[in-house]
Amino acid sequence: MTPGSTSGAPGVVVVTGVGRYLGAHVAARLAADPRIERVIGVDAPDPGAEFTDVLDRVERIRVDAGSLGGLLADLDVDAVVHLALVSSADPQHGGRSAMKDQNVIGTMQLLAACQRAPRLRKLVVRSSTAAYGVSFRDPAVFTEETEPREVPRGGFGRDILDVEGYVRGFRRRRSDVTATVLRFAPFIGSTADTTLTRYFAQPLVPTVFGRDPRLQFLHIDDALEVLHRSIVEDHPGTYNVAGPGVLSLSQAIRRAGRVAVPVLEPGLSGAAALARSMGFGRYGLDQVDLFVHGRVVDTTRLEREYGFTPRSTAAAFDDFIRAHHGGVVVTRDHLAAAEQLVLDGIRQVRSAIRERS
Amino acid sequence: MTGAGEGRDPASIGRFDVPQGPTAPGTDPARRNGHRPAARVAPTPAPADEVDTAATDEPVDGPVPGEPAGGRAPATGGETGGTEPAVADRPGDHWDRKVANGLAFLRRRLSGDYEVDEFGFDPELTDAVFHPLLRLLYRDWFRTEVSGVEHVPVDGPALVVGNHSGTVALDALILSAALHDKHPAHRYLRLLGADLVFRMPVVSEIARKTGGTVACNPDAERLLGGGDLVGVFPEGFKGIGKLYADRYKLQRFGRGGFVSAALRTGTPIVPVAIVGGEEIYPMLADIKPLARLLKLPYFPVTPTFPWLGPLGMVPLPSKWLIQFCPPIPTAHLTDSADDPLVVFNLADQVRETIQQTLHTLLERRPDPFGP
Repeated sequence: MTPGSTSGAPGVVVVTGVGRYLGAHVAARLAADPRIERVIGVDAPDPGAEFTDVLDRVERIRVDAGSLGGLLADLDVDAVVHLALVSSADPQHGGRSAMKDQNVIGTMQLLAACQRAPRLRKLVVRSSTAAYGVSFRDPAVFTEETEPREVPRGGFGRDILDVEGYVRGFRRRRSDVTATVLRFAPFIGSTADTTLTRYFAQPLVPTVFGRDPRLQFLHIDDALEVLHRSIVEDHPGTYNVAGPGVLSLSQAIRRAGRVAVPVLEPGLSGAAALARSMGFGRYGLDQVDLFVHGRVVDTTRLEREYGFTPRSTAAAFDDFIRAHHGGVVVTRDHLAAAEQLVLDGIRQVRSAIRERS
Repeated sequence: MTGAGEGRDPASIGRFDVPQGPTAPGTDPARRNGHRPAARVAPTPAPADEVDTAATDEPVDGPVPGEPAGGRAPATGGETGGTEPAVADRPGDHWDRKVANGLAFLRRRLSGDYEVDEFGFDPELTDAVFHPLLRLLYRDWFRTEVSGVEHVPVDGPALVVGNHSGTVALDALILSAALHDKHPAHRYLRLLGADLVFRMPVVSEIARKTGGTVACNPDAERLLGGGDLVGVFPEGFKGIGKLYADRYKLQRFGRGGFVSAALRTGTPIVPVAIVGGEEIYPMLADIKPLARLLKLPYFPVTPTFPWLGPLGMVPLPSKWLIQFCPPIPTAHLTDSADDPLVVFNLADQVRETIQQTLHTLLERRPDPFGP
């Protein structure tokens, strides 16, 4: 099917970030795969216990990133899936500095540990389409070769650039390891809970005045599928992972039956900063930039190499809408009813006028 | 495509022969409705009971799915009903259909039931809103005559390269709307714009929704690779920001990036000459310090702007001629896309063709504001 896909699944897989939705579900999926002997979930010392039911077949180790080095060597690890990235600062857990610690320092330490793991032959790293940065001179569609023109303003975007830089260095030093970098579009779906799904779940949705960015989403189940295939098959390189097709933000808001509230851009950046400093909301400059520029990627390489096409952006978004119909302000039925009402009204007025004359 | 501009070639027609001019219905006030040569209106065997205004209106928005049918609908309904009571009985009559179409369009827009492509192009919105507006401008205000549409391929990619003019890049929009209307396949022209366009809120989104994108090689090659018709103005700001004294003198063609995009995809280049754009906002001076202050490429002074304020933004009603030239094939040069000599020669050839065509068009149009 695809080059190298028959080389066999690895025996021992370490998954980082199992305290979060993506990591937990990837670990559970890998544990359910009979080709893989052993799945070890690694997580920071004190996570919440939300995903314990999912993880019953996964061995969990709570350890901080600094002491991973010996662990990977001791366990004879064949593959590492690095998913422990935080996409937005959480004021309850240390804010931006903790986020940077986990994203940048965590990745650095993990890669240092991987470098010294003798049996390691596969590394899969979660990245994001935020790696393309934002600039007004950007091409409309990013391919994997597109270089970012400007360093993004948002913390997550900058972290992602750092993470990818470390992976490049790792590739140079351990050319025998198959390193896969997956640049994911924002996750959406009926079960996903991300900054963006919370954003679309509000009845009134703030947007940037005069901007209607083109967005792409990835269904969370398709993300799991791609991660799973990255482990059991061999796909070295960097891949954009997104649902084909595009929704503009206004279109997405209308499809979700929400109401857009345009805000002037400087106001929105200020409001985002204010909300962050006051401790509620997790919108940052990453989101503002996304809503000014939009972000569309080319997924030809993924489709060719993986032989897999994620469901389209529109289909993924529909799935999300079905699960979050609570806050709907305007439904399709309302609109259709209003249309019929106006049409009937006009017909009545016309016939009344006709009869009088 | 039986428009007056069609089929006339420069040789067969005298300098002062202006066939499209508003013949009977008077020159000026008839612009709102008397825009069409009578031949187009007559053959529609309009149901005899239709009111006159309705009959003339019909061919205009025939292909258009609908227009914002806001407050207009009840008024028109009353009008029809008042004059011809017998007509509107059937629910399927002319005005009823229009109202229903308009409402359906509004509903589709409000529920997000439409498609945009990866560049943000929204064909439905373009057809329903932007092209009708531009049609008023190019057909009735500028009396545009288009010739040589047969040089634009019916399918497959082509790179349309034009001269830029007019202080505001109105010529690009006029070209895309006129091409869409006159071309037998009604193709959309995907314009490549400067990044300044995409920096401005609102403007950037209108540009994207009408099929534009940033002028860069990846986007151009992606569009051409997808079989689209791409429009580019290599002069850029040098072209639109030149003084009235330099009108119809082509400026430098940049680095020829458009040629290498065409070469890499083996796309034919169709040069197009546009006459009329230079007179809409004749730029008498350029206040450079003010431009620097506002971070604009130039700050224009025209006979009406900035003196008359917003009124100075009304373009002068010059007479426009658009001529497409025979395509220049590039399929045999695909390997030379990185050869600067080939690129420059080809760019020169395109530039010369446009300049020559501009001269012949200008001879055909002795009076810039003629009929």
